[in-house]
Amino acid sequence: MGLLDITDLTVEFPTRRRLFTAVDALNLKVNPGEIHGLVGESGAGKSTVGAAVMGLLDPPGRIAKGNIVFKNQLVDTSDGAVMHALRGRRISMIFQDPLTSLNPLLTIGDQLTETIRANLQVSASDADGRARELLDRVGIPDPDSRLNQYPHQFSGGMRQRVVIALALCSEPDVIIADEPTTALDVAIQAQILDLIRDVVDERKVGVILITHDMGVIANTTDRVTVMYRGKVVETGPTAKILSAPEHAYTQSLIAAVPRPHKKVHRFPRINYDGDDPDFAIEDLARDWPRYDNAPGKPLLSVRDLTKRFIEKRSLLPWGNRYFTAVDQLSFDIMPGEVLGLVGESGSGKSTVARMIAGLYKVDGGRVTFDGDLVSDLSNRKVQRAYRQEIQMIFQDPFSSLNPRMRVDQIVAEPLRHHRLLSGQDIPDRVGELLEQVGLGADARLKYPHEFSGGQRQRIAIARALATQPRFLICDEPTSALDVSIQAQILNILKDLQDHLGLTILFISHALPVVRQMCDRVAVMRRGQIVELADSEQLFTAPKHDYTKELLRLTPRTENMFEKPEA
Amino acid sequence: MSALSRFWDSDFAWDFRHSPVAVVSFLVALLLVLSAVFAPLIATMNPFVPANLNLMNGFTAPGVPNQFTNETFLLGTDDQGRDVYSTILYGMRISLFVGFAAVALGMIIGVTLGLIAGYFGGWTDAVIMRIADVQLTFPSILVAMLIFGVAKGITPVEYRDQLAIWVLILSIGLSDWVQFARVVRGATMVEKQKEYVQAARLIGRGALPILTRHILPNVLSPVLVIATISLALAIIAEATLSFLGVGAPSTQPSLGTLIRIGQGFLFSGEWWILFFPSVTLLALALSVNLLGDWLRDALNPKLK
Repeated sequence: MGLLDITDLTVEFPTRRRLFTAVDALNLKVNPGEIHGLVGESGAGKSTVGAAVMGLLDPPGRIAKGNIVFKNQLVDTSDGAVMHALRGRRISMIFQDPLTSLNPLLTIGDQLTETIRANLQVSASDADGRARELLDRVGIPDPDSRLNQYPHQFSGGMRQRVVIALALCSEPDVIIADEPTTALDVAIQAQILDLIRDVVDERKVGVILITHDMGVIANTTDRVTVMYRGKVVETGPTAKILSAPEHAYTQSLIAAVPRPHKKVHRFPRINYDGDDPDFAIEDLARDWPRYDNAPGKPLLSVRDLTKRFIEKRSLLPWGNRYFTAVDQLSFDIMPGEVLGLVGESGSGKSTVARMIAGLYKVDGGRVTFDGDLVSDLSNRKVQRAYRQEIQMIFQDPFSSLNPRMRVDQIVAEPLRHHRLLSGQDIPDRVGELLEQVGLGADARLKYPHEFSGGQRQRIAIARALATQPRFLICDEPTSALDVSIQAQILNILKDLQDHLGLTILFISHALPVVRQMCDRVAVMRRGQIVELADSEQLFTAPKHDYTKELLRLTPRTENMFEKPEA
Repeated sequence: MSALSRFWDSDFAWDFRHSPVAVVSFLVALLLVLSAVFAPLIATMNPFVPANLNLMNGFTAPGVPNQFTNETFLLGTDDQGRDVYSTILYGMRISLFVGFAAVALGMIIGVTLGLIAGYFGGWTDAVIMRIADVQLTFPSILVAMLIFGVAKGITPVEYRDQLAIWVLILSIGLSDWVQFARVVRGATMVEKQKEYVQAARLIGRGALPILTRHILPNVLSPVLVIATISLALAIIAEATLSFLGVGAPSTQPSLGTLIRIGQGFLFSGEWWILFFPSVTLLALALSVNLLGDWLRDALNPKLK
């Protein structure tokens, strides 16, 4: 028997129209000192498993059948007293967002000692000592002074360390970690995962690590369970599942993960559930305008670009304190090139994109496009032409489409605004565009909420292509999408570049994705470019220390996924 | 037809059907509004045409035959022999008309200013919202009375009765815009950060199409809620003003005017002249208010 044995767990959500089975007959076993990965795409039901074990299912969700056995004792999740004794004491939880899992009004020390004293019969001074020990254990420097600080005084990674310290307060036997590193940068993600690994080895706790990220699974877990639409499709030791997956879904999931070590022409299409529609960017190429670009002359050129945001507003304008988000940045983009812009959150990469797109005013420097100064927003003639030439694809397809507009209105808006077409030509063109990005003809009369994330991103791409732009800015276009959908969207973007010769500025925090997409890559840190080099060169022989560090911390998947060539 | 059946099948309609309070208050409000609209058809007489009146019918108790004319009135008559049932129907027309028009006025001003303040921010926002703050420091009934007083002062005496209704709408509407502006401003500030607004700016859309085509439809659901609750408040505000004698004139009485007239007879035993208009006002305001409360919950998924 394991530490935690879940057998035949079925969780149902009765809704108005039907009974939705979120988790269907799941079996899962966690042993002491083992990290058990629970992986699946959004909606697979993996977080529901965690909530069911903790007795934290949101109504109307309920456990329809199945047993949860903790240390050889059957747990009755409907019994409040039993769950109270277990939850947060014997079984702890680490959530995704470290900001909301800490009370902003209490010091870290208060939160730790309160939890310790609620769980262990110790004196106030002993609890204080334990809190200090725990902070030290999770790698927070200078725990004595940190104990008296509030959550907002900690960085995101430090906060997640505090959350882990909180989860350890009660000396639990099992920790359920629900996407513990999804909100964190790659460098911090590696540290947090190492910390979890150390804690598991040291205290022999069992961990259920819920994640959508195959890289996290590959680097951290001992065993893995793959879920698809509420059902377990495959379970076993991590190394075996990743190198020799048996189920078609696991195979497609692994195939879709961008590899950091080599560039593929296109992502393999493994059509698991028919959710990978055809798209035909080639058709778009037939009447796409061709430009004669002077060789060696950049299409877009950025010089000394600077943006400052007001950090602290003063009564008088000259008393304001500023934060420099982008600091005298310069680079060129050649026609037909894909330039990657990578960096951690807060490095200023999205600010650069928004300045180039004219959504932010520049505070210094200039942007020229095809010889025209486009950073001067007051030049209406240049701006009007520029608006047709550039388009942008945003990160979140759930917020980049107006929920009150029909799809045909959304895609037609640029056509109507620039008066490119009129009359019946508009709906015809909209229909073509939607078909070319892989959406059916009936899509045009629906509203955005009727589509999945991947389909919405296709609609956004159709809108971006409506004016036949020459330059496309992709701001984290796939980071809100599941990995299989990401592969589809990246394939479309690759097609756009190959068939239409689009010039693309591709912004991402994920190095493997950048490697797959870009010809040249610029690495940003604190508003400045630390290294700009050809993609191959940057990934094989990075020059700057920061680039090396980023590459080192990216989860290594190459050894796990591919069978060693014998 | 398919649009109708789609609406019937929507979560919104389903939620409505499964809320007894919403269904009952909707039916009550609908009944009252319809009876006001069709007042000329269902009233026994037009009580404001003097030729229809018989003074001998004065002070007839409800359901009891008049001792002189032997006529029976369902809800009795007032001092001048006007049928209370008919005066309520006609009075409700005025009340509802003033209510709807005042809310529409407040909504147009408030939504416009709220969109502008929220989208442009900076000085524009500061000026608009400070005006709103200043107005909020006065009780709205005082603001309405002030506007009413000023308007009455500058209109010629002979037009006063005719213009009274419009002055009433203006005064209630102008005291009502602040809450629309505040809610729309907040919602606009949230919406303008969303990527679909940036996508529209990227296409080259100007402020006006972005505000009207993109942001406005997305901030309308809280506006709908406030409009419904404001309607109840506007009807009460109108009744209050009329009760205080600064509202609808006796020649065009609203429910408030009827209550004012009726309260004079309360202590002489003719209770029905006051009672029935008051109950009608209560039913109208309460049903609209409950409907607004339900609407707020139904349109706000966070409260579920």
